[in-house]
Amino acid sequence: MSVTPEDVSKLCTLARLEIGPEESADLATKLSEIVRMVGELQAQQTDGVVPMAHPLDQPQRLRADAITESDARDRYQENAPQVERGLYLVPKVIE
Amino acid sequence: MHTDTLTALSEALAAKKVSAVELTETFLDRIARCNSELNAFVTVAADSALDDAKRADERIANGSATPLTGIPIAHKDIFCTEGLKTSCSSRMLDNFIAPYDATAVAKLRDAGVVLLGKTNMDEFAMGSSNETSYYGPVRNPWDTTKVPGGSSGGSAAAVAAGLCCAATGTDTGGSIRQPAALTGLTGIKPTYGRVSRYGMIAFASSLDQAGTLTRCAADAAAMLTVMAGFDPRDSTSLADPVPNYSACLETPWNAIRIGVPENFFDDGLDADVAAAVRDGLAVFEKLGATIKSIRLEHIGLSVPVYYVVAPAEASSNLSRYDGVRFGHRAENVDDLLDLYKRSRGEGFGAEVKRRILTGTYVLSTGYYDAYYLQAQKARQLIANDFKEAFTDVDLVVGPTTPTPAFGIGQKVDDPIQMYLNDIYTIGANLAGLPAMSIPCGLVDGLPVGLQLVAPHLSEERLLKAAHYFQLETDWHRQVPSDFA
Repeated sequence: MSVTPEDVSKLCTLARLEIGPEESADLATKLSEIVRMVGELQAQQTDGVVPMAHPLDQPQRLRADAITESDARDRYQENAPQVERGLYLVPKVIE
Repeated sequence: MHTDTLTALSEALAAKKVSAVELTETFLDRIARCNSELNAFVTVAADSALDDAKRADERIANGSATPLTGIPIAHKDIFCTEGLKTSCSSRMLDNFIAPYDATAVAKLRDAGVVLLGKTNMDEFAMGSSNETSYYGPVRNPWDTTKVPGGSSGGSAAAVAAGLCCAATGTDTGGSIRQPAALTGLTGIKPTYGRVSRYGMIAFASSLDQAGTLTRCAADAAAMLTVMAGFDPRDSTSLADPVPNYSACLETPWNAIRIGVPENFFDDGLDADVAAAVRDGLAVFEKLGATIKSIRLEHIGLSVPVYYVVAPAEASSNLSRYDGVRFGHRAENVDDLLDLYKRSRGEGFGAEVKRRILTGTYVLSTGYYDAYYLQAQKARQLIANDFKEAFTDVDLVVGPTTPTPAFGIGQKVDDPIQMYLNDIYTIGANLAGLPAMSIPCGLVDGLPVGLQLVAPHLSEERLLKAAHYFQLETDWHRQVPSDFA
């Protein structure tokens, strides 16, 4: 199975990733090689095998529904490109 | 002094033959002289390192020191370090100052280590040669035209060249063991969940595990004793108590059974590497180990399984980089979608884009069952093979990599060839098993690694076998001549 430049464009939309026109052809070629390589898996008989959920077969741990962290919004927002009054700014979403 | 083991430096500090400040100055001087040639460090924290060292000297003076107090180390730049740039060697995080410490970082800090700085790596840990870094490739101290391996290549080069005494790394498909092998170091990837993933920037969460790159197994034991343990902030952290790994090295050797996967010695393995690995096995035999051939029936599937599971998890984990809350943000955008797409397009390098798109592909409608679900089933088969092997043997031992270090630029345009570097290491990640690489020879002046894999939570067995091997051999004491 090969990946076409159109497929790459669709994947880029799904992944919210902009790529340049010069990257598109190279990505199509290399993704095709990767998909061909991982395609070897199709030949493996796996009927009745339970897909692995955790390498040590452990269940997801739960914790009490209690507040354990204190507010650190200001500190975390020091890394934000644009904030105002504690809010993250983005381009206008609603007209 | 810069080529001494952590264990030796710890003793020298305790005996007050050297102070932590003197030791730190020595290593900072090494970094200043050698880093431009190797590109191993991306951030040097000289001022805070000297502060750490002064505090360490106070602890040593007042009797509250631990074996790690005053030891100059480096962290792979994937670990969050409060107040210090944490870039994951990506343009995306080139402006990111971590607001908190990773748990592994905090534990080592509490033990009194001196943090010299942060080491270069493949971008978001995606690579096996350290060539995908936004800050450029790292050079192998054994031959600066060669790669040091990856993704923890900066940590490997820094320890091998004596720019720090020990370093942390992370291993998702071999990213500690492969660079350890290519630079003549001891690298350990503990059991999945043994060291907390909190504050360690996520790549593939069901595979990622933190560990160390050191000069010998005793040094790894000292580091791991501090780093390992339960962390309520990591939902897959293991609650099992942590033994004192250093103390277990001193216990008497009991003859072990070693399984050698004969299918690791098929076509892809360099003949000289194979010979060095066989010599390594002979050392264990001399120590009284029983060597027997085993077959890991499904291990051949590990590369394809990995290149479905890891990109799938990465595509999900890396969706957090949106140009809004932290990280790179594109300028002059049209709308929110344009902001996301361009911030990500500009922030990520070529290999990271390939993996995000591979992950998006295998998780997309119509392909999920054929790729992702099938890979998780094949992953179970690989884990079952190891489980079965461990009913009959105590360790699985073989080569860490198919070849010694290869040339910078040699494989960078061929992802599949690059991915095959991890053919022997990926299995332990897929099965969550602890594994190590220890030096077992030199081929044309380049180090070769011997890989040891043990059952879940058997780090003691692993470290002890490596330690006894190193009492019999001196491969781990070899130092690249230009950095001796």
